[in-house]
Amino acid sequence: MMYPHLFQEVKLGLKNLVLHGLRSLLTMLGMVFGVGSVIAMLAVGEGANQEALEQIRLLGSNNIIIHSAKPINEENKAKGRTFLSIYGLLYEDEHTIGDTFASVDRTVPVKIIRKEGRVGKRSQELRVVGTTPAWFELVRRPMVAGRPLLSRDMIKKANVVVLSESAAKKILAAGKTIGQKVRIGGSYYVVAGIVRNLASTGKTIKPLDQEMDGYIPITSMREHFGDVVVKRTAGSRLREKVELHQVIIQVRDINEVEAVARGISTMLGHFHKNADYRVEVPLALLRQAEATKRTFNIVLGSIAAISLLVGGIGIMNIMLASVTERTREIGIRRAIGAKRRQIITQFLIETAVLSSCGGLIGIAMGLFIPWLITLFAGLPTVVTTMSLVLSIGISLAVGIIFGLYPASRAAHLDPIQALRHE
Amino acid sequence: MNSRQQTTNSKTGTIIRLESVEKVYHVGNEDVRALAGVTTTIGYGSFWAIMGPSGSGKSTMLNLLGCLDQPTAGKYFFEDQDVNLLDDNGLSELRLRKLGFIFQSFNLIPQLTVKENIELPLFYLNWDPKTTAGRAADLAEMVGLGDRFHHRPMELSGGQQQRVAFARALANNPEVLLADEPTGNLDSTTSAQIMQLLVDLHKSGKTIIMVTHEHHLAAFAEKRLLMRDGRIDHIEA
Ligand SMILES: Nc1ncnc2c1ncn2[C@@H]1O[C@H](COP(=O)(O)OP(=O)(O)OP(=O)(O)O)[C@@H](O)[C@H]1O
Ligand SMILES: [Mg+2]
Repeated sequence: MMYPHLFQEVKLGLKNLVLHGLRSLLTMLGMVFGVGSVIAMLAVGEGANQEALEQIRLLGSNNIIIHSAKPINEENKAKGRTFLSIYGLLYEDEHTIGDTFASVDRTVPVKIIRKEGRVGKRSQELRVVGTTPAWFELVRRPMVAGRPLLSRDMIKKANVVVLSESAAKKILAAGKTIGQKVRIGGSYYVVAGIVRNLASTGKTIKPLDQEMDGYIPITSMREHFGDVVVKRTAGSRLREKVELHQVIIQVRDINEVEAVARGISTMLGHFHKNADYRVEVPLALLRQAEATKRTFNIVLGSIAAISLLVGGIGIMNIMLASVTERTREIGIRRAIGAKRRQIITQFLIETAVLSSCGGLIGIAMGLFIPWLITLFAGLPTVVTTMSLVLSIGISLAVGIIFGLYPASRAAHLDPIQALRHE
Repeated sequence: MNSRQQTTNSKTGTIIRLESVEKVYHVGNEDVRALAGVTTTIGYGSFWAIMGPSGSGKSTMLNLLGCLDQPTAGKYFFEDQDVNLLDDNGLSELRLRKLGFIFQSFNLIPQLTVKENIELPLFYLNWDPKTTAGRAADLAEMVGLGDRFHHRPMELSGGQQQRVAFARALANNPEVLLADEPTGNLDSTTSAQIMQLLVDLHKSGKTIIMVTHEHHLAAFAEKRLLMRDGRIDHIEA
């Protein structure tokens, strides 16, 4: 019924707000900061979350990673004497796992040692990874040059190495790349290929691939370096025999990952009584990260609710003051024939205009602050449409809910008394 | 108001009937009988002046007649409608369609221009927004304020403000114009201008009820109702 005049009502509402410019501005500030901080907080939260999820995804959500871990009692035995401690995953474990679980697609053994790689005068400590061609299928990182490891390298126990891009840059002379010989330990390895580094952004979870890597056939590594690693510490030589440092297991169906992980834990528990291994399930981490996100969102949501509540109370306060100040006006309108509903509408439109203006400025702020955070603190931020829709919706709702009481108080004033009001 | 626009009222008979109307205000433990049983009838197109000493209940009666207030006891019929039976919406509707008010203190809305103040009743009458400006301009012209159309009340003299109020009171083409000491805040020259507007309006057939203290102004009315202690003392024709 009021629609032909809705535009005029909004105009009148705006006029009243402009007329009390400073007051309206101060009222809106509550809304502005409420909405702005909600969007900004959610953007930071979402940014951190997406980064964590990305890191976990890089580990592969279909994968299970088993690490060799030095048991605590081995640690004690080794103190101060020359001692050979034997622990960790065995070559056999990899085969057993592959044979036992039908839903396992492939298993990848990983041996890791630290050795200096040298070409002429250039040298760099490398993380030398002894593995199989399957590693490259699992990691799926593009080759910069040459080729990955092949199964014939395995069979021939070939002295070939695939370098990570950054390792290649460090030790290979510019121009000459593939075919160069790198001295690792006592042997020379021919560079067969260069694989791209992982664009490392995160600091939270280490990606599979490290910066300075050299990948060699695991067969070749066994032949040249054996399974015993000698670590020299002050006054003692520490010798460790570890067959495999990691076994990466790829499961065909993501829904079976956790079941397989449990199965592997149980199985390994039988063979490794001294718990010298650790099972890592990226999917479980993913789930955990998602659960953390939910908690985080609840906390943020509560803060948001409180700040918007404060904004709402500010609006209510101002509208109550406005009602008192404009009692006479309300009386005049009522005398002319305005119905209560129309007075309510008038005041509600004013609060709606007020809170949506505040909401819009708040959104602008909510877009600007994350941008600043990314610019100056380097933190990733993601402003979701959801958070925009949510905050504008809530700010409008808050405006209307908190505007309702002052509006209805205005409408229920006795016309005569309202007219007499000074 | 030029007569081309204002439909001349040809209705006859009773427009307003009061039966033993009382209004009691409770102030603390005391009851103040502002109206102590008022019975009268007012005909279509008549011009009444309500007079009497201060506190005799003139404003109270006018507010009741204007449906701004409701009697404590007694009956009020407006065009045979029992006003006591109307709810708040019904009373608003009656004010909107049938009544116009002029107050001693003008009661214009300060934020609105002359135009917007005059348009206000049309706004609540749901007139098409395109047509309200023309109507408001005609009314402003009629009260001689065509050149002040976009001014705010603050920028006008008292007499000019009261003329805006007059224009606004007529915007809805009311059946009855109620005026509570319309010239109370004005000097004699401007009072005369307002009285002229009322006299012209009466000639066009509107019912006018005006509260005044001034005998020479009451002389313009057809009937003078004298109040004393909340009762009608006598009526002079
Ligand atoms: N809201 C109210 N509460 C209590 N008493 C009131 C109220 N309004 C009016 N009265 C009392 O009712 C009586 C009549 O008041 P009213 O305003 O009608 O007088 P009036 O004839 O208009 O006087 P004046 O010529 O001074 O305007 C007075 O005694 C007044 O004190
Ligand atoms: Mg009075």
